[in-house]
Amino acid sequence: MRQMVAYNALQVLFVLVFAPLYSGVISRLKEIVQSKRGPSIFQPYRDLWKLFHKDEVVSFETTWIFRITPYLVFVAPIFVVTLIPVLTDYPLAFAFMGDMLAAGFFLALGGFFAALAAVDTGNPFGPMGASRTRMVGFLAEPVFMIVFFTVSFVAQSTIPYVVQQSWIASVAIFFSPAHVLLLVAFFMLILAEGGRIPVDNPTGHFELAMIDESKGLEYSGRGAALTKWGGQMKFLVLACVFLNVLLAPWGLASGQSIVQVLIAIPLILVKILIFAGVLVMIETSLSKLRLFRISEFLGAAFIVSVAAMIVSIFVGGVI
Amino acid sequence: MHLPVGESLNALCAGLILICAFAIVGTRQVQGVRRFFILQSILLTAACFLLAWDEHVPDLWWLGGITVGAKVILIPWILSRTLAPELYIRRELSQTINIPSSLLLALLLAIGSELLVGPVASASGNPVIETNLPIGLACLLIGAYSLVARREAIPQLLGILAMENGAFLAGIAIAPTFPLIAEFAIAIDVVLIAVIVGLLTKTIKQTMGTTETAALSELREETIEWR
Repeated sequence: MRQMVAYNALQVLFVLVFAPLYSGVISRLKEIVQSKRGPSIFQPYRDLWKLFHKDEVVSFETTWIFRITPYLVFVAPIFVVTLIPVLTDYPLAFAFMGDMLAAGFFLALGGFFAALAAVDTGNPFGPMGASRTRMVGFLAEPVFMIVFFTVSFVAQSTIPYVVQQSWIASVAIFFSPAHVLLLVAFFMLILAEGGRIPVDNPTGHFELAMIDESKGLEYSGRGAALTKWGGQMKFLVLACVFLNVLLAPWGLASGQSIVQVLIAIPLILVKILIFAGVLVMIETSLSKLRLFRISEFLGAAFIVSVAAMIVSIFVGGVI
Repeated sequence: MHLPVGESLNALCAGLILICAFAIVGTRQVQGVRRFFILQSILLTAACFLLAWDEHVPDLWWLGGITVGAKVILIPWILSRTLAPELYIRRELSQTINIPSSLLLALLLAIGSELLVGPVASASGNPVIETNLPIGLACLLIGAYSLVARREAIPQLLGILAMENGAFLAGIAIAPTFPLIAEFAIAIDVVLIAVIVGLLTKTIKQTMGTTETAALSELREETIEWR
């Protein structure tokens, strides 16, 4: 039991440590693909270091919501990490405390408080970004639900550790439309939720066009560092859910010994690197959508997920 | 003998074909509609070959070959020969119903067709029919819907061809040993439809200056100058 708790802590540590590296690698890869040099992959660490050593300025007009939000945004992904498989393919100590729905709620809680804090500042760009994020959020919600229902139907469970094992039960299930189409739908969901290119430009500096970034404009010092780090962790957590829960538990440690868990770390990093490569290819080959076209992008994700549901559940010949 | 992997891959092909049908309804540009039609035909061929391999029906190998020849190579070539300027133009297609509502209606059609023929298909006890019949009907209905929703000739033509794709998907599952000569006749029919509609559209474009079929409802008194 103590060992399981230790592995859970190791997973949290993994996400804490490698989340900035992940976003650094993505931005560097993107610059390389666009034949530029780009910043070092360790730049996000330096940014965080710098921000933690700066003074924090908080407006007199803001309330307690503005102050606690960075901590919530930072803590929410950590809670999710205790529920999902990051390094091991067997359930750890806290695996049965909550299912995928709970993970979704935790991420949504962070997003909710980020939106509230943006409205709290009174800065005109904050509420605008918050309302846009909510728009993307409520369009993404039905996709998430259909994906969730179909997954729980196929796996007969909603616990991420159980779901990941069901995909590799047989080759037929791995190539079943439920699996493949849900992967596509969830990938589009990651692009929308993570504020990546077809929906939002993560490197944009133009406040009027921002969706996700403008919520954190008022933060400085430690608050800015925590929101930034929290956002990077959320993105890594989504990638882990995609790769480990929905795609396949390849590369995860299956044994109980510490050596196997430590070997899993580089394997997972390689897996995430491949994922980052795919993400970069998509980001550089597409342009950002107009705000009112986002509904069509997420509508397409919804269609894909419903098609998965129709083919696999209603028709039912395959599962 | 049924290999479960074959069935699973067949269902995957069917699902992707269904998504292509949605994309044919939901794309804004002529090029996009054309590309998704070609992709749908390629997936259809894949489904056909899969079934031929899985159920050991030699006829289906030929049928897949005919599909590639007619729908993946010949029809796009004919369209690009007859309607090149219209096909490669980059503008938004005009629609009677906007795209998000179109997609939702198409979704309802897909679920409705499943409810309609699902019981019949599951009575057959063959998993390939259980998958292909409802999805094929859904593609057929969605193709018919795109005939109604689109207001221009080329997407309407591609809608007709997408309907045929849906019927084909259901057909290879229900009657895999259908006489090859009949299938060949159907394939030639489809190509002829493409030729006729392509030439007709070219003429309409030359005389009316547009390919919007909605504009054709007005009768014209003056004599048309043939160019």
